[in-house]
Amino acid sequence: MRKVSRLSRFNIASLALGLAFLYLPILILVLYSFNASRLVTVWGGWSLRWYRELFNDRAMIEAVWMSLRVAVSSATIATLLGTLAAVALSRGERFRGRTLFSGMLYAPLVMPEVITGLSLLLLFVALNAERGFWTVTIAHTTLTMCFVAVVVQSRLGSLDRSLEEAAMDLGCDPVRAFVAVTLPLIAPAIVAGWMLAFTLSLDDLVIASFTTGPGSATLPIRIYSEVRLGVKPEINAICTLVIALIAVVIVIASLASKLSSSQGESAAPL
Amino acid sequence: MSSRRIFARPARFAAIAPYVWMGLFFLVPFAFVLKISLSQTAIAQPPYEPVFDLAAGWDALKAAFAALSIDNFKLLGSDDIYVFAYVRSLTVAVTATALLLLIGYPIAYGMARLPKRWQAVAMVLVIVPFWTSFLIRIYAWINILQHDGLLNQILLALHLVSQPVVWLSTDTAMYLGIVYSYLPFMILPLYATLAKMEPVLEEAASDLGAPPWQVFWLVTFPLSLPGVGAGVLLCFIPIVGEFVIPDLLAGSNSLMIGQTLWLEFFTNKDWPVASAAAIVLLVVLLVPLLLYERLQKRQLEQGR
Repeated sequence: MRKVSRLSRFNIASLALGLAFLYLPILILVLYSFNASRLVTVWGGWSLRWYRELFNDRAMIEAVWMSLRVAVSSATIATLLGTLAAVALSRGERFRGRTLFSGMLYAPLVMPEVITGLSLLLLFVALNAERGFWTVTIAHTTLTMCFVAVVVQSRLGSLDRSLEEAAMDLGCDPVRAFVAVTLPLIAPAIVAGWMLAFTLSLDDLVIASFTTGPGSATLPIRIYSEVRLGVKPEINAICTLVIALIAVVIVIASLASKLSSSQGESAAPL
Repeated sequence: MSSRRIFARPARFAAIAPYVWMGLFFLVPFAFVLKISLSQTAIAQPPYEPVFDLAAGWDALKAAFAALSIDNFKLLGSDDIYVFAYVRSLTVAVTATALLLLIGYPIAYGMARLPKRWQAVAMVLVIVPFWTSFLIRIYAWINILQHDGLLNQILLALHLVSQPVVWLSTDTAMYLGIVYSYLPFMILPLYATLAKMEPVLEEAASDLGAPPWQVFWLVTFPLSLPGVGAGVLLCFIPIVGEFVIPDLLAGSNSLMIGQTLWLEFFTNKDWPVASAAAIVLLVVLLVPLLLYERLQKRQLEQGR
């Protein structure tokens, strides 16, 4: 006989504790960004004071602008390249250097960022490239296209091949069958991939620190240098804004993957 | 005719652009790291020599090759700072990965046993922090752990301690930060294998009289090993080279290799030694990296 509930008290307790552990620190951070007191630990009532100070911080605004530009451009290039890579890996036959290709795509997912950052910087120096917006964008594209490739590839893997075959039996050439049938089906995964690439780029400190030049700090670089000096209420405020932005991105991405999962397995990142 | 055959040719063309990109920006840079790790530090821009100058002709190139040396690697092997940094990185990574497995497994197990509808919700809840900025999550802990932070206030209010405890700049804080940041990476692959497991197997074992701990140890755990492997590699490899978390949460008396590399590069401007440190780190991680690649490939390319 099947038991009515497979959930034990231990299961529920570990789930509840685990989720509390994941969320409480972030909630506390958000709460304290509305604290009126300059002392970070004393609650002085609600206030938007730190948000106002933030908008007067020119260096911070410039860093935000730089980060957003890098995130949008690198995510867009990465989505294009990552989708192509996913198609090649899941629809192409064995081609010369395929093992190397998949190796290059999976390695950056776990490669320590200090190595990726250092190696790219040495390349840029050797090429005599001026460091700034473009070098960071190229570096982020290299990292995030691998994540896009994995997300799109897992969607392609779970797709029903007979749909593509039907299109071709009805006279479509492969490229047309791909554009008319496959692409709409994997579109949600592509959207989710773009969102993931965007947030990863917005988040990255180490690779950006290596590849950027003087005077073009990204937001994480700016936050990092402030955090090293200690906790400040303005940092709570900017962190809250970033969390809010990412929350919007997640909602859009999960709506996209809901569309995707209604047609099959969902394409969860990783 | 199968679509695999017909799609194959255009799909191969799709590989060209990403292939060239990754070759240029992922593979080629390692050649530069290797080359500079064999160069000498110099007070110049860029701060190393010899600098290969193709325009200078063949003889100059030969001279540049002759000037390469393995001195930097000898330094890494002989200076205690670097040896300790590697040992510490591996110790921290092993300990943290073990902690992650211990904490992540019950959570993943609980998720897999939820009713189907709630599983999807729990999965989103675990993924969301993974999307939230790494740096911000570490900063959130600094908020809590600082001298007059929330944790000390609570401990004082409950009379558990008589004076504030120093949390920041300790290994405890660093492990907390690592576990907190990498927990989703451990939970997700574990959950993926546990959720696919047939509940009948556990029920059969328990019907045949096995006590719950035996059911878990003899049936559930061995069947979840692929997920354990994926989770362990997904956490272990990046933790060995971790920079941000030990830098912000641990004390500065013993450094991990990622911090040493950062310090050599940004503070001491010693690019050759930093490159040599990166090469050694890469060699240390080669076996886990190859294992991870095989796992990832099997998961993505042979159906899930």
